[in-house]
Amino acid sequence: MILSKHSSLSLSNTDNMANMFLGMFAAISSVLLLLVLSFLVYETWPIIADGRFFEFLNGSKWYPLEGQFGMLPMILSSIAVMVGAIALAGPLGIASAVFLRFYARGSVERFYRLILYVLAGIPSVVFGLWGLTELVPLITKLHPPGTSLLAATLVLALMILPTVAITSTAALKSIPENILSGAKALGLSRQGQILHIAIPAAKTGIYSGLLLSMARALGETMAVVMVAGNVVQYPTGLFQPIRTLTANIALEMAYAMDGHRAGLFAAGLILTLLVLILSILASKASKGRFV
Amino acid sequence: MHYRLLSFLSLLITVLSAPAYAQSGHLTLTGSSTVAPLVTEIAKRFEKTHSGTRIDVQTGGSARGINDARSGLSDIGMVSRALKASENDLTAYTIAMDGIGIILHKENGIKKLTNDQIIHIYIGQINNWKNLGGRDLPITVVNKAEGRSTLELFLKYFSLKNSQIKPSVIIGDNQQGIKTVSGNIGAIGYVSIGTAEYEIKSGASIKLLPIMDIEATTENVKNGTFPLSRPLNLVAKNTSSLLLNKFIQYAQSQEVYDLVEAQFFVPVEH
Repeated sequence: MILSKHSSLSLSNTDNMANMFLGMFAAISSVLLLLVLSFLVYETWPIIADGRFFEFLNGSKWYPLEGQFGMLPMILSSIAVMVGAIALAGPLGIASAVFLRFYARGSVERFYRLILYVLAGIPSVVFGLWGLTELVPLITKLHPPGTSLLAATLVLALMILPTVAITSTAALKSIPENILSGAKALGLSRQGQILHIAIPAAKTGIYSGLLLSMARALGETMAVVMVAGNVVQYPTGLFQPIRTLTANIALEMAYAMDGHRAGLFAAGLILTLLVLILSILASKASKGRFV
Repeated sequence: MHYRLLSFLSLLITVLSAPAYAQSGHLTLTGSSTVAPLVTEIAKRFEKTHSGTRIDVQTGGSARGINDARSGLSDIGMVSRALKASENDLTAYTIAMDGIGIILHKENGIKKLTNDQIIHIYIGQINNWKNLGGRDLPITVVNKAEGRSTLELFLKYFSLKNSQIKPSVIIGDNQQGIKTVSGNIGAIGYVSIGTAEYEIKSGASIKLLPIMDIEATTENVKNGTFPLSRPLNLVAKNTSSLLLNKFIQYAQSQEVYDLVEAQFFVPVEH
């Protein structure tokens, strides 16, 4: 119907309807996000109104039942785990993407792609269980207690690796073929084509994929609760147990009341703000503004 | 036509709202977050077998359970400890016992620990099993997350404050504690005895230590000799209501033992 319309410049009724409904759905999703944010602020308000929010950000001791609420060690631990995971999964994921796009052929490619998709779909609690029963005892032999920053970093790296690989593959696929043909015509080696033409051309897509994976690492809860040890302290060593913001909420929410509860909502608010920053960076990266 | 529709609708409304009128009673319970999950399950079954009744269960801690039962805000309070002498205006009905046992890895040579030794381990003054006559192995102290009632009972029994404890691992539920200890020869932790016994039977590599020379078994929790245990009580001030008595009787009856055991508590015979 739309195709056969006389003037393609004026919108048809169908277009108008679609416009209205799509706009409505888009509005609903953004309103939901706003509601979540305002809910978090509302629940955290007792602390913000007290002027204790910055005390929360600065303090280093977390004993809510004794009235001590300090979240700095957990904020730093969350960031440390995220940075560690992306440092491991980033290079590996990009390498997997290059392999998939330029080297793997036929059944190898199909098989490798399948593995990545399966890996991406495994529930995080399964990774946590594997980490707790296999990885942690191994690390314990090196240096007890085993549940540590290292264990959390490794499990998270494994979890976000497929995301990095899949987004990077998509970015590499989206490079116009004529750029690569040009490189070939100029007699560049395959290594030269990949390192100097393909990756730079795909870098905006790769960067936004990396940032989204970092957001996933930051928000991951179940797997981290199981392997990180959950002791509130600064992430000073690889073998130290640490507690992330998400783990803190998961461990204590069911039992928290009053100030304790508001403290956990404050942790949620901080997490949301961190993820928001990462998402803004990702959207900037995808427009190529930031690299 | 319209009349028929109208009469049909009014009939429908009458039928749907009938249970609200036929409701023979409504009970509100508030209090301990340890007892609440169990009572919620019991209440569900009670509502099914006694049609027309409605039971509301709300948490808020044992203190709230006492206060609400006293002030009449609730019909029954839930309290995860024995009543104090100052609370004798209330009547307590024990619906289950909860015991906490110290667990070690099965291959740890240590057979028992004194209370002082346990305290010194948890506050970090003893940090290697060789200081206790075991092998040269650093101790991994497993503690519970803040707010858990198991932690509360443990702290109270050993007269500790949570900020004094130097933990190496903090865990959420009992299962995670058992997994952590069974994966680490040098670990020490404490979990609900019911859960630990169940896991040992299904082959987890952990063992329960006696406390004050009393073996940590559900049997000893049941007969009240195990020191690190507590009763889970329903408390009430005004016991004249028929429905209230019915519910308390039901919560203490054999019909709910399976629910008690599913929460890893120990049923009490009456």
